[in-house]
Amino acid sequence: MEILYLLIPLSVVLVFLIGAVFWWSVRSGQFDDLEGPGYRVLMDDDRPLPRGDAAASASEAGAKESGGRDSALK
Amino acid sequence: MDNQATYNYRVVRQFAVMTVVWGIVGMLVGVIIAAQLVWPELNLHEFLGYGRLRPLHTNAVIFAFGGCALFATSYYVVQRTCHTPLFAPGLAAFTFWGWQLVIVLAAVTLPLGMTTSKEYAELEWPIDILITFVWVAYAVVFFGTIVKRKVPHIYVANWFYGGFILTVALLHLVNSCEIPVTLTKSYSCYAGVQDAMVQWWYGHNAVGFFLTAGFLGMMYYFVPKQAGRPVYSYRLSVVHFWALIFTYMWAGPHHLHYTALPDWTQSVGMVFSLILLAPSWGGMINGIMTMSGAWHKLRDDPILKFLITSLSFYGMSTFEGPMMSIKTVNALSHYTDWTVGHVHSGALGWVAFISIGSIYYLMPRLFGKEQMHSVRLMTAHFWIATIGVVLYIASMWIAGVMQGLMWRATNPDGTLTYAFVEAVKSTYPFWAIRFVGGLMFLVGMLLMAWNVWKTVAGTKPYDAPVLAPAGQHA
Repeated sequence: MEILYLLIPLSVVLVFLIGAVFWWSVRSGQFDDLEGPGYRVLMDDDRPLPRGDAAASASEAGAKESGGRDSALK
Repeated sequence: MDNQATYNYRVVRQFAVMTVVWGIVGMLVGVIIAAQLVWPELNLHEFLGYGRLRPLHTNAVIFAFGGCALFATSYYVVQRTCHTPLFAPGLAAFTFWGWQLVIVLAAVTLPLGMTTSKEYAELEWPIDILITFVWVAYAVVFFGTIVKRKVPHIYVANWFYGGFILTVALLHLVNSCEIPVTLTKSYSCYAGVQDAMVQWWYGHNAVGFFLTAGFLGMMYYFVPKQAGRPVYSYRLSVVHFWALIFTYMWAGPHHLHYTALPDWTQSVGMVFSLILLAPSWGGMINGIMTMSGAWHKLRDDPILKFLITSLSFYGMSTFEGPMMSIKTVNALSHYTDWTVGHVHSGALGWVAFISIGSIYYLMPRLFGKEQMHSVRLMTAHFWIATIGVVLYIASMWIAGVMQGLMWRATNPDGTLTYAFVEAVKSTYPFWAIRFVGGLMFLVGMLLMAWNVWKTVAGTKPYDAPVLAPAGQHA
């Protein structure tokens, strides 16, 4: 079973790599807030704007988003 | 007026539409080979025999249908959650055309009998190289978009998509190591049981990362969005991700129980398969509980019906899988149609349902419409497909257990009670029911195609403006 000399070290290296990414993500504060991200995804209103309105500025769209539409989500 | 930056919906649209097209093609081939089992005279030509069409079916549904769904949704989710258009739009376009070329080449070479004969990795070496280029481009686009994100947090769905992209790259590179002899023929770098071990290390991790992690990314975005509620426990979703990727890699040997593989390696595979029940069910419960307080929405929202039913099938097949990996159970189930039923409970019930739900969610948004053309048609699709899956897996369960019991039955003098052909003969009714179930699933896809056509025909493609992220304190 020589193949295990490839596959097992590969898994060990992989586990350390995953561990390193996990360490980075914890250290960089990815998981400091484990409530907010779930809600922020809902605040991103991805329903199409009415035609002709598509060129509306981002701030306007942002205002619309934080105003009327997402109150329906609460 | 056109100075407003927009998300790159173009490539999402292309992949979303092709998801439906390849879904129909792949499932049609599946229905044909199911019919060939019931009526063997349908093996009309060597190009169209069961042995050539079966790999075409698996490649078409996994890599063409499932692959396009993953590309479409991952490109959509990563843009929306990072609040920035795709990195390297040229490369994104290359991933679309490159992937379609891979699929077309597969559709030509597999019926011609050009194959490496490695399951789920049948494509010959030139196509393997093309896949590698496309996949590297995919990784560059995806991770480039994450790097230029406008929000500090990386949403959990992106972690799942990212894990899927990196792992599939590694699996493809190790398993597809082959020595070309001619343009259309190569031999694996590995031989005998070594090859089998690499093959199932690849094969099962493809199930875990292509068919699970990627689609879990889809689940963690589209279930909360469609339900209008945050994921039940964001904390659990993060634990789910890390638990899944830390423990996945060694389930593969359960495909090689009672073979030349060393016994201890088989046992390692079995133990890791059993461990996987925990993160899988954690994720399944997390997804379903997202509906808590909004269960009434299931009543008249067919998209949610698809998404939540897919999670039930995910829970069922991730219970069934570990159970079948137990050696004593496997002694009965291995090589029977039970395995086929198990695979389709995952492939139709989980992968296809979550993809269909997500595509129904996406399609109106990509074409500037409020809703799909017909909600009733979506509901009809849901029920026809659900009945189809249930017929499919129930018939295969019964057929599989029956085959396993007939194969192992012995007379008092130690001879076999049944000849193999008697088990084949007894399976015919169940293959007929399976054919009906598969056909119903295909009919559902045709309804979807009609509905999508009526939704998008005559509309202009729509690219949504890039939105500034909402307040960072929620």
